This record gives sequence, C-alpha cells and structure tokens, in this order.
Amino acid sequence: MAEDKKEFWRWAESSWNNPDLDWENANIITVGIDVGSVSSQAVIMGDGKILSYGNMRTGSHSPKSAINAFNFALDALIDMPEDRMDYCVSTGYGRVNVPFSDRSITEIACHARGANFIYGPEVRTVLDVGGQDIKVIQCDDKGKVTNFLMNDKCAAGTGRGMEVLADLLGVSINEVGDRSFNVKEEPRAVSSTCVVYAKSEAAGLLRKGWTTEEVLAAYCRAMAERIYSLIERVGVVPEFGYRRHGKEQGNNGPVNAHGWS
Amino acid sequence: MITAGIDCGAKNTKAVIFKDGKIIGKGMVLTGFDQAGAIKESLEAACRAAGVSEKDIEKFGGTGAGRDSIKGAVIVNDIKALGKAANFFFPDARTAADVGAEEGRAAKLDERGNVVDFAVNEKCAAGAGAFIEAMSRALETPLEDMGRLALTSDSDIPINAQCVIFAESEVVGLIHGNIEKKDISKAIHDAIAGRIVSMIRRVGVNESVVMLGGVAYNPAFVKAVKTQLNIEKIRIPDYPEFGAAVGAAIAAGEQ
Repeated sequence: MAEDKKEFWRWAESSWNNPDLDWENANIITVGIDVGSVSSQAVIMGDGKILSYGNMRTGSHSPKSAINAFNFALDALIDMPEDRMDYCVSTGYGRVNVPFSDRSITEIACHARGANFIYGPEVRTVLDVGGQDIKVIQCDDKGKVTNFLMNDKCAAGTGRGMEVLADLLGVSINEVGDRSFNVKEEPRAVSSTCVVYAKSEAAGLLRKGWTTEEVLAAYCRAMAERIYSLIERVGVVPEFGYRRHGKEQGNNGPVNAHGWS
Repeated sequence: MITAGIDCGAKNTKAVIFKDGKIIGKGMVLTGFDQAGAIKESLEAACRAAGVSEKDIEKFGGTGAGRDSIKGAVIVNDIKALGKAANFFFPDARTAADVGAEEGRAAKLDERGNVVDFAVNEKCAAGAGAFIEAMSRALETPLEDMGRLALTSDSDIPINAQCVIFAESEVVGLIHGNIEKKDISKAIHDAIAGRIVSMIRRVGVNESVVMLGGVAYNPAFVKAVKTQLNIEKIRIPDYPEFGAAVGAAIAAGEQ
C-alpha cells in the first residue's frame, strides 16, 4: 500500500555553490528570488557572478517559500550572514509576497535577462516551460524583451501536466524524459488540448497494451506540439537557437520530440 | 414502430428503446475502455427492461464521443440529439444545454427542436462533470455529496483558474487556508456554472431553458446556473443523463 501512495511527481530539491568563488571577496552581494507556482528558486551573486543557488518546492505560503529558498541558497555558502545581502529582486507569480525584496520584476523580463547573462547577446528567443505556464519570449542583444506570448490558462504543455501524467503512470518525474526515448518508433501524440482528456486517453492506451514508454513518448510529443505551436506564433529568428528555461529543463522528452537540442 | 438510441459517452454509455413515441426501456453501463462492449451491454439492458428483442428494433441512432463504434446506427451529432431530446421532453424548449462528463454544449432551438445556433466546448474539461469529479477528490468528499454541501454555503469565493488541473491546486491552497469545505464546494460549482452560462449566453437565453446530461442532477450546479443567468426556472427531465440517447432515437426514427 505504501508503494501506492508514492508521489511520482515529486522532483528532488537541490542547492549548489560555486567552489571557485568566496563570498568574502565580493563587494556587492545581490539576490534574486523566483517564487513560482510549483517551485521557488534563490540565486546569490557576488559582483555579478553566481555564488550559490537553491531550488525548492513552493508551499502554500509565498513569503515562507521565498525565505526557505533563500535560506537554502544561503546554507550552501559557508557562514555568510543574511545582512551581507545588498539588494534583492523578486520575480515569479509570488513576487509581491517576498518580504525582503527591494524590487519586483516580472518573470518575463527576468527570463530574457537571465538567458542573455548565461548564453550571451546572440540569444533572441527564450522558451520557459514552468509549472503552470509556458512563455515564449523574444529579446534583443541586451536581453530586453521585444515580444512575448504565454499560455497560463491551460495545463497542456506545462510542467504540472507532466507531473499529473508521471503520477498516473507511476514513473518518477525525473525519468519521464529518458524513458520516453525507449520506444521502437515514435507514436502519434495524445490529446494536446487538455490534460484531463490526455489522462483518460493515456489510461486507455495502457489497457490496449501500449508500454509505459510508448505512452510517455505520446505524451511528450503532445507537450512538444503544444509548445511548438506557441513558438510558431511568436516566430523564431532562424539563425539563433532555443534556450530552455524553467523546471522542465531536466526533462528531454518533449525537446527530443521536436528535434531540438 | 420500435426505435433505439445509443449515446456512447466519455464516462457512461446509455441506451433507450422507443415504441410509438414513448420510452419503454433504458440501460446504462460504464463506458470504460471497451466502447463496443459497453454499447452492446447497454442495448441489451435496455431491451430487457423494455421486454423487446434486439431484432424488433427497426431503426437506431448513435451519438456521443464514441458514436463511431456504434455499428449499423444512424449517426446523429451531439447537437442535433440535444435539440431533439429537449423538444421531446419540453415542446416549448428554445434553449437547451447538455453538461456531460467531459464536454458541455448549448443550443438555441426552433419550435420543432431544430438547432438554430449552438456553442460547444470539446477542447477543455473545465465546465464539464470531470471538473467536479477532480475537485471532489481534492476535497475528499464523495461526488454525490458535493452539491448538497455547496447548498449550505452562501459565501462568494472565486476560483480563478480555468483549467481543471490548476483549479485542483487552487482548491488545495484554499484547504490549506482553512476555508470551510462547504464554501470551497460552492466556489467550485459557481466556477463550472460560469463556463456553461457563457455558452448559453452565446446562443441566447430564452424563457424556457432545458438542461440535460448527468451533471443536471447536481442541485448546486443548477442553482448556480439559474443565479448567473438570472432566471427563475430551469427545466430538467427525469433521468437527464439519457437525453442524448433519446435525441438519437428520435432523429433515427425521423429518417
């Protein structure tokens, strides 16, 4: 029975610190907090370089989730006192509920700046597949947003939709992508319009004798189609690649389904 | 003349037997994943109840999400079935709505039950029975009790999410916020009613509104639709879940 209750959607929380940098040598310490619908992240930077980060599940209380994520990133640094923080920007759907934030900025602007910081000025299109929404953002060489489109009304194509399927199939969320590759040929997509429909469709396919991997592949394909249609509407500057952001970064299933890398 | 109508729905498959314009037998089974089996079983059950043999059926109509699995039937689309059924139960019906497990639809009718205009939702489970089912799981309240529970509340909490999946997380948030179950249940019913009300408004509200489909059994849903449409009365036949099957039988008989 205990096995039945296992929560397959539960992804692992993680933190990281940069072994090459020491916070004590930094003049200015800045912090970015992203309180999302499903996960909350905190990044601590010293003079514009990443010192540490923490990634946790968002609880039912946004301020508490922000504090927890910050402490998680802080704990990854040895002995840094909280008051070394000079400036904090909050973002994400819970951004106005971060008690120690100096300024809140939309996650759309933050994604564009983040992609520009990590991958350089050639990034023009940023795709963010988060817990409860998908965003396609276009930006200029400075990381300023020039256009964007988002879907936040429907779970199809979002991380939450993938969690629902992971639970249904009894596959740990971290394995969804890899296991979806274990098929002889790629099946057609399940319903890409509604997760509720896709769920009953997936259960029907299992009864018909499809393997778990085939159902995963069919679902990843539906998710990719959904996301791809959003990207097409914004349009892509052809010579530049996609940069994926968001929680689905670790899941390659939907990415491969459209031949992205 | 004996005719039959079968509605192979997302959740249940329903069959009715008509003799000379009167319903003489009904049968309903879970659709599950074997549509053909469910169609056969429901028809057998209806024939048993009517005391007729399948061979006696002269014409039969098929409708619902799984209508293509109904071999040999006159295929009747859901909207046409809705119009015919509403007109059969209430000849003065001019607006009809059908809320099933996974789809909702509304139609404007003429005096013979022909469809003048319609709106459907078949892309999204919000506004269908699956919404209340998912929420009853989140609230850990049996589905049958959801409506009665909601009727005991007079609060006005909005559910902001449109998507069933997101609404489930929102309801969990409300539970964590110590909002009473009855108030959450009312919020859920107000939300799903809002979806069907917008469809009814799109086709136009007339004085005689008929509601079919299994969700019409839910008193809190019906009350919320009445409140939002600002009308006194919604007419619901006995056994509203057989509405589409009735419509299919009538349409087949007219062929």
